Amino acid sequence: MTTETVAGRFGRYGGRYVPETLVPALQELEEAYAAASADPAFGEEVARVLREYVGRPTTLTPARRLTEAWGGANVWLKREDLAHTGAHKINNTVGQVLLAKRMGKQRIIAETGAGQHGVATATACALFGLPCEVYMGALDVERQALNVFRMRALGAVVRPVESGSRTLKDAMNEAMRTWVSQVSDTHYVIGSAAGPHPYPTVVRDFQAVIGRELRTQALAAFGGLPDAIIACVGGGSNAIGVLHPFIGDASVRLVGVEAGGHGLETKQHGASLTLGTEGVLHGSRSLVLQDEDGQIQEAHSISAGLDYPGVGPELAHLAKTGRMEVRVATDDEALAAFYEVARLEGILPALETSHAFARGRELARELGAGKHLVINCSGRGDKDVATISARGVPPPVGVKA
Amino acid sequence: MSGEIAQAFAQAKARGEGVLVAYAMAGDPDLPRSVDVFAALVEGGADVLELGVAFSDPIADGPVIQGAAERALKAGSTLKRVLDEVVPAVRQRCPQTPLVIMTYVNVIMAMGEARYAKLARERGVSGTILPDLPPEESASLRATFDAEGLDLIPLCAPTTPPARAQAIAKEGRGFVYCVSVSGVTGMRAELPPDLSQRLELVRSAAPVPVVAGFGISTAEQARTLSAHADGVVVGSALVRAAHTEGPAAAKALCADIKRGLRR
Repeated sequence: MTTETVAGRFGRYGGRYVPETLVPALQELEEAYAAASADPAFGEEVARVLREYVGRPTTLTPARRLTEAWGGANVWLKREDLAHTGAHKINNTVGQVLLAKRMGKQRIIAETGAGQHGVATATACALFGLPCEVYMGALDVERQALNVFRMRALGAVVRPVESGSRTLKDAMNEAMRTWVSQVSDTHYVIGSAAGPHPYPTVVRDFQAVIGRELRTQALAAFGGLPDAIIACVGGGSNAIGVLHPFIGDASVRLVGVEAGGHGLETKQHGASLTLGTEGVLHGSRSLVLQDEDGQIQEAHSISAGLDYPGVGPELAHLAKTGRMEVRVATDDEALAAFYEVARLEGILPALETSHAFARGRELARELGAGKHLVINCSGRGDKDVATISARGVPPPVGVKA
Repeated sequence: MSGEIAQAFAQAKARGEGVLVAYAMAGDPDLPRSVDVFAALVEGGADVLELGVAFSDPIADGPVIQGAAERALKAGSTLKRVLDEVVPAVRQRCPQTPLVIMTYVNVIMAMGEARYAKLARERGVSGTILPDLPPEESASLRATFDAEGLDLIPLCAPTTPPARAQAIAKEGRGFVYCVSVSGVTGMRAELPPDLSQRLELVRSAAPVPVVAGFGISTAEQARTLSAHADGVVVGSALVRAAHTEGPAAAKALCADIKRGLRR
């Protein structure tokens, strides 16, 4: 089942809106990716690295105490937080860096918001011996010190971007500008299922390992497909990865949760599927937070990974056609969910992931007992401890003062 | 076809000159004062004016034009206001000079392609350059523009393979904009050695004039390129001059570059 209507188009969305200088490189990437996809040896190499190095398959964990607390469907967690580097991002960077090597590229550039994609790219570059430069908004460099250190420790160069809002969208602009000037020997590893064709397809395919594993694991664990799968949506790489293999299964509800930030009425959010309008950002046509003059608005989320005013074109198509339900969780709801999961399951989820958990209770109750709800636990929350602890820690549970 | 652009090139040719396409950012430092900058460029010898309309995420632009875009947005510049306030004022002061809008496709989409084409033409705009709209995505927009007589000016890059470059040139309207370097807009000390061949290739296929742009800031560069192109585009150097020293400095730079274009 595919939602790709023609190459690189998902209904009205997708395409390749880039400077002419980049078009030949994108065509080269498209051809190289098609050849690699048709080559069983390439697929086997990716699968081997995911197994031996990343630690796949990641487990499907029954969340018994959440199930009990929420009083509805059986809750299961797809544990991408257990993948090497602590998030799903590595699935894509391993694939793309192997593809870049196959294409004979000499160096790698990437953009990053929270730093998870930057760390995953730096990791793959260290593993395969390629130099790596990561563009990161100067504001994000300040608030994600741990990941900046991890990238540098892994041998990457971190380039702070001072233009615009100094966040992810500006990092992506600068990475594209750099790519335009060094396109012949450089591969640009985009981390979201966004950007110009073929990136939304390439990233989705490398991330779809999440959903494929889940399918097998669900059949083994409870003898059927999940009744609903829920994932957070920023650019959308973990969501499209876990949801895509189930698009053709009408019985499976697909739910995406966007960043509500300070609330949808405040304009300080990242809810591009809910409130965005059609536009072109970073090379593809999709739903974008913009003003009536076509200027891109700054997004806001407590989680740097959801702090993005666009969304991948395939998710925009799935949302607009109604195949995917879209919900929103605010900063405060995500924080509350972080502690709920920490204290009921012993897992510190990333703030991005906490948005998916924040809508878990209502969905579990809508489904009801005996049904199966899978939450994509896209990453671990260690990177967020400074942000979260700055707001104070709730008192311990069940301990006398 | 708009006709005005072809006429400007023909007149320059008759005078034995290459065409100077001069760029500035509409709304930098504010809308009225940017009109003074455009008028100064024409006084300095610009044959065609390129009016930048700011976009929040200009991926094809280097730091100088990014800075100008940020200033213009802060000053309240929008496509609508540029068409309503800047274009008519520039037309009044420089009635003989064709005007071309350069912006990003999202800005045009937000106004609506057809609405933009109609309004731009009514206000006296001759053409439009969209650096993030390659040929694969441009067919419907070009048809909309053609219906109004607004030229969609295509870009050709150093990385464009020869057959593709010829195909782009054949579909040219107004002129073909040959990007001289792989990179973003901004001044360069040196231009690539194979640029002249590239320009001749595009020129042989294009039904319209061919200009070189990106990286050009001196009379010497303009002189070298004008042997292989019908003109040059100068942007960042003029934007910087106007921003740091005012319209008179931009006028003087135009006059200097124009000297390099006289054969």
